[in-house]
Amino acid sequence: MHKLEIDRLTKQYFVERDGRQVLALSDVSLSVADGEFMAIVGPSGCGKTTLLNIVAGLLRYDGGSVIIDGAKVEGPGVDRAVVFQQSSLLPWRTVSGNVRFGMEMQRRFDRAAMETRTDHFTRLVGLSGFERHYPSELSGGMQQRVNLARALAADPVVMLMDEPFAALDAQTREYMQAELLKIWSEARKTVLFITHQINEAVFLADRVAVMSARPGRVKGIIDIPFERPRTLRLKRDTRFLEVEETIWQMVEEAPDRIGMSARDRAQAVSR
Amino acid sequence: MSVTSETGTGPTLSEKPHRSFYERHEAAILGGVALVVALTAWQAFWSAGKISPLFFTGPSQVAYRFVEEWTKGRLKQDMIYSGTNFVIGVGLAIAVGVVLGVIIGWYRRVAMIVNPFVTALYSTPRVALVPLVLIWFGLGMQSKVFIVFINAVFPVLINTIGGVRAIDHDLLRAARAYCASDWRIFTTVVIPGAVPFILTGVRQAVALGLIGVVVGEMFGGSEGIGYMVNYGGQTFQTDTVFLGVTIIALSGIILTWLAERLEKRFSRWRPER
Repeated sequence: MHKLEIDRLTKQYFVERDGRQVLALSDVSLSVADGEFMAIVGPSGCGKTTLLNIVAGLLRYDGGSVIIDGAKVEGPGVDRAVVFQQSSLLPWRTVSGNVRFGMEMQRRFDRAAMETRTDHFTRLVGLSGFERHYPSELSGGMQQRVNLARALAADPVVMLMDEPFAALDAQTREYMQAELLKIWSEARKTVLFITHQINEAVFLADRVAVMSARPGRVKGIIDIPFERPRTLRLKRDTRFLEVEETIWQMVEEAPDRIGMSARDRAQAVSR
Repeated sequence: MSVTSETGTGPTLSEKPHRSFYERHEAAILGGVALVVALTAWQAFWSAGKISPLFFTGPSQVAYRFVEEWTKGRLKQDMIYSGTNFVIGVGLAIAVGVVLGVIIGWYRRVAMIVNPFVTALYSTPRVALVPLVLIWFGLGMQSKVFIVFINAVFPVLINTIGGVRAIDHDLLRAARAYCASDWRIFTTVVIPGAVPFILTGVRQAVALGLIGVVVGEMFGGSEGIGYMVNYGGQTFQTDTVFLGVTIIALSGIILTWLAERLEKRFSRWRPER
């Protein structure tokens, strides 16, 4: 059964400067099964973050539909939780306070349940002992663990992850990817994961959707055949590199790899 | 699950090596010594009779006046009177400043509407309004409280507006994604985020409120420390003037120190600079 179904989704932006309508997403269709880890890759400007914001209910859309667990998305809901890039933690709340924040806003759990869940997920992401620290006292990697725990504690049907490791240094990012897989294998959530790093997507996901830019559309969906549990060693496996290469080619095929359409590029040159 | 294996992710706690008593209190020691030296020199000049009591006075004379006024005079009543006006005025200023500041900071249209008025009042020296306040409220306590209020309200208001506007948009987005209602966003994101700014406003309001107390009492009425200073000046009781000024200065120092403590207490979560 599909937990998340995106059907022919269309989103237009209005560019105020020259009064043009820009098609940010065009006919995007994507289905994510229960417990599946779906990653979306694409060049910057391909609308992948727009897509996530729409699924999160933070943006309106112009056509098509987004259905979660059988219900149409019409704004934010308790069936979704978002793991953002850095800086979305409340700096005046401790780790525990931030983990509790999502549940507090959603008002689904009573006080006792929130306490239990806060403790449980703080432990699950490996932050036991740091409950009373403030975000400014944590490293980037640990802040993202808090972000992750906050989302998991809210017990969503679908977890949305918006380039959660993009701001981390390369080494921490690798660790966090491995950690995420461990945590995910215990939490077993349906995940929609946005990234611009192809090898991150291949390492984490069951399937990878490749998007192209202007207008943003899904160029193809690739099955990732690797067994779980996966370890970081997989990244140096030749089969891994082959899959990565296939996706690279799909991304490169597009003339708009650097976020420009052919027409835009011609205009830029003629200027 | 291990967290210790992650490199460079431990909390950054800088263990400073143990410092001596002097090093830890250098500012207090140097400042204190300078104060004692200055007071001693002043007292020496006064005792040597080199200072005319008509124009100036000495520390011992101020202390003497204090004891005299406290036991026989009405210093106590004056202090209570000024203190009450100060507390009510500043309290009102904080309440009104925070509420209005949150509204103006949050709703851009409200800001556009009230901006001309706020700017006009803010840039007018408040002392210029005192005669008007006296016409409206008379010479009694109401006018004193109001003068304190109009002095103290602007720093709170301006800082609160700034604090609300400085809210990180990522935080609002996160709150919205977790279905937060507007009211919850207000109480859990906007207002806590503005607290350090509000407290900066409170610290300034305390200083300006003190000016308001003194100014208000100088313009009319017959009570309070400001009146005491004014009366002392008119009757050439230089030592009384000094006593009043000393009391005002000490109150200012103590209140500002308290406000700073409060400010520090609530900005603990900010990254250390």
